[in-house]
Amino acid sequence: MALLALLEVDNVSRRFGGIVALDAVSFTAEAGEIVGLIGPNGAGKTTAFNVITRLYTPDEGDVRFNGETLLETPPSGIIQRGIARTFQNVELFRGMTVLDNVRVGAHARAGEQRPEDVLFYVNLHSVRHRSPLELPYATQKRVELARALASGPQLLLLDEPAGGLSHEEVEQLGKFIKRLRDDFELTILLVEHHMGLVMSVANRVHVLDFGEKIAEGTPSEIQSNPAVIEAYLGAPA
Amino acid sequence: MRSRLWLELSGFTLLALAVAALPRFISDFRARELAIVGMYFIALIGLSILTGYSGQISLGHGAFMAIGGYTTAVLSVNGVYGHQIRDLWTIPIAGVIAGLAGLLVGVPALRLSGLYLALITFGIAVSFPQLPKKFDHFLGGTTGKILDLAKPPFGLATTPNNWMYYLTWGIALVLLGAAWLLVRGKTGRALKAIRDSEVAAASSGVKLATYKTLAFGISAFYAGVAGSLYAIANAYVNPDVFPIILSVYLVVGLAVGGLESLVGLIAGAGLIYFLQNHADTVARWINQLPALNLDPKQPGIPSMIFGVVLIVVMLLLPTGAGGVARRLFGSLTTRFYTRS
Ligand SMILES: Nc1ncnc2c1ncn2[C@@H]1O[C@H](COP(=O)(O)OP(=O)(O)OP(=O)(O)O)[C@@H](O)[C@H]1O
Ligand SMILES: [Mg+2]
Repeated sequence: MALLALLEVDNVSRRFGGIVALDAVSFTAEAGEIVGLIGPNGAGKTTAFNVITRLYTPDEGDVRFNGETLLETPPSGIIQRGIARTFQNVELFRGMTVLDNVRVGAHARAGEQRPEDVLFYVNLHSVRHRSPLELPYATQKRVELARALASGPQLLLLDEPAGGLSHEEVEQLGKFIKRLRDDFELTILLVEHHMGLVMSVANRVHVLDFGEKIAEGTPSEIQSNPAVIEAYLGAPA
Repeated sequence: MRSRLWLELSGFTLLALAVAALPRFISDFRARELAIVGMYFIALIGLSILTGYSGQISLGHGAFMAIGGYTTAVLSVNGVYGHQIRDLWTIPIAGVIAGLAGLLVGVPALRLSGLYLALITFGIAVSFPQLPKKFDHFLGGTTGKILDLAKPPFGLATTPNNWMYYLTWGIALVLLGAAWLLVRGKTGRALKAIRDSEVAAASSGVKLATYKTLAFGISAFYAGVAGSLYAIANAYVNPDVFPIILSVYLVVGLAVGGLESLVGLIAGAGLIYFLQNHADTVARWINQLPALNLDPKQPGIPSMIFGVVLIVVMLLLPTGAGGVARRLFGSLTTRFYTRS
């Protein structure tokens, strides 16, 4: 097996009042992998992203990146460690142009990627002076992606990137995510409800249900895993 | 993008020319009025950096103006070790002292948002006038402190009012240019990012605490400079010179000027001046309306009128005067304006 995973989520728990959003969850992502993180609504996927990016502090456990803990890094220092993300419910800067949104992405790591180049890459250069509010939801998600890429990250966290896409567009997104990984030498952690997408791009998949990790494996292993099928279809009668 | 830069530069040049030429066409008294409008304008530029850009509200900016005014009074009357400082040189010092006070307020403000921040800063506005009363031999108590009358330097042949006009608007243009340089670059983007989404800003590497505190400090610096100029023009400070309501006026002026439009703020500053000095005129106008019969001499009527005018103005101009200008010249500017 690999000597050292790029990202190690180690026994992480996070509670909100009585809700256990993450219950001693562990998983890893190795350099160059596309790792799927799936699970029904409320399983704790977004919470995992928020713990990794330090927006939430875990009650227990540790998160390591390149072998060093992230827990001593403030949220604003995460991007400098090499981790960038997108948000499930688009968190764009509404009062700024598309270009300025992407420039903020390069705030802490200017010079890694030219914002204009990134916009060309994601095919948004022609709308760079527009307000993101004027763009369709799926395009807004692409602006967020460009903003994340502008920092030249090592690890990219994508929270439901297929939101607002049509069936054919989801297929294209799958190809795009792989190309992204290769062109930017990324490791990608992908949260997505669209199973077809996850199964076609992920090297490995981790499954959460009610805050607990219930399975891990290749896409084909996951698809035939009884615990996963039960979590998605509900308890058998 | 280029054309927007061009637009802003030519707007700035036009403003500078208008400022330079205006005194030839107006009376000495009007020059004095416009000088005071310029002071509110300076304070509003600072407040727009705080509220319009970083998204933090302050109902206590009158107190920062007062700190600037009192700094100037103390330095030019009490002096430092008995050495009185010329009023002109107290202006930057007043700005810095007020700015430091702003940084101090900015730190606890980090933990507050919205309504709580409004309440706390208003608390500062309300309690500030107690300071001169408490330290009355130093700050003059309720009787206040009398400054020397403003005198044009280097024997310039101009009236004190014209001198105040040029001084104020000269400083206003410099500070407007500085604010413009600040907000159009990395700092301005970071502040707006915080305003629009704190989580996304932090995840993009923007240090929230640093920028939010900085915004408080900068905006208080502007207020301090404005207060200092006001003290010089007024040649007198006491707690009533910077009344509590001044803080509210400033927020109103900002809302009218438009949160992000630096030039629209001149309109906001004009409105503050007008309403503060002519609320009874407005009352008389409204009395012309047949259905109403208000006596402007009755206590409370001017402020009631003021309130009504405010509400009407805010309803009419949800985007402020800057927004109206933008709508008028829409074809030119909406393309570049990112807020619909
Ligand atoms: N800030 C919070 N305060 C309180 N409860 C929270 C908070 N964040 C998450 N939770 C709770 O934690 C649980 C996991 O939420 P999370 O958003 O991580 O789920 P998810 O797997 O991303 O679901 P979805 O697929 O619907 O996005 C939910 O029960 C949610 O209500
Ligand atoms: Mg989620």
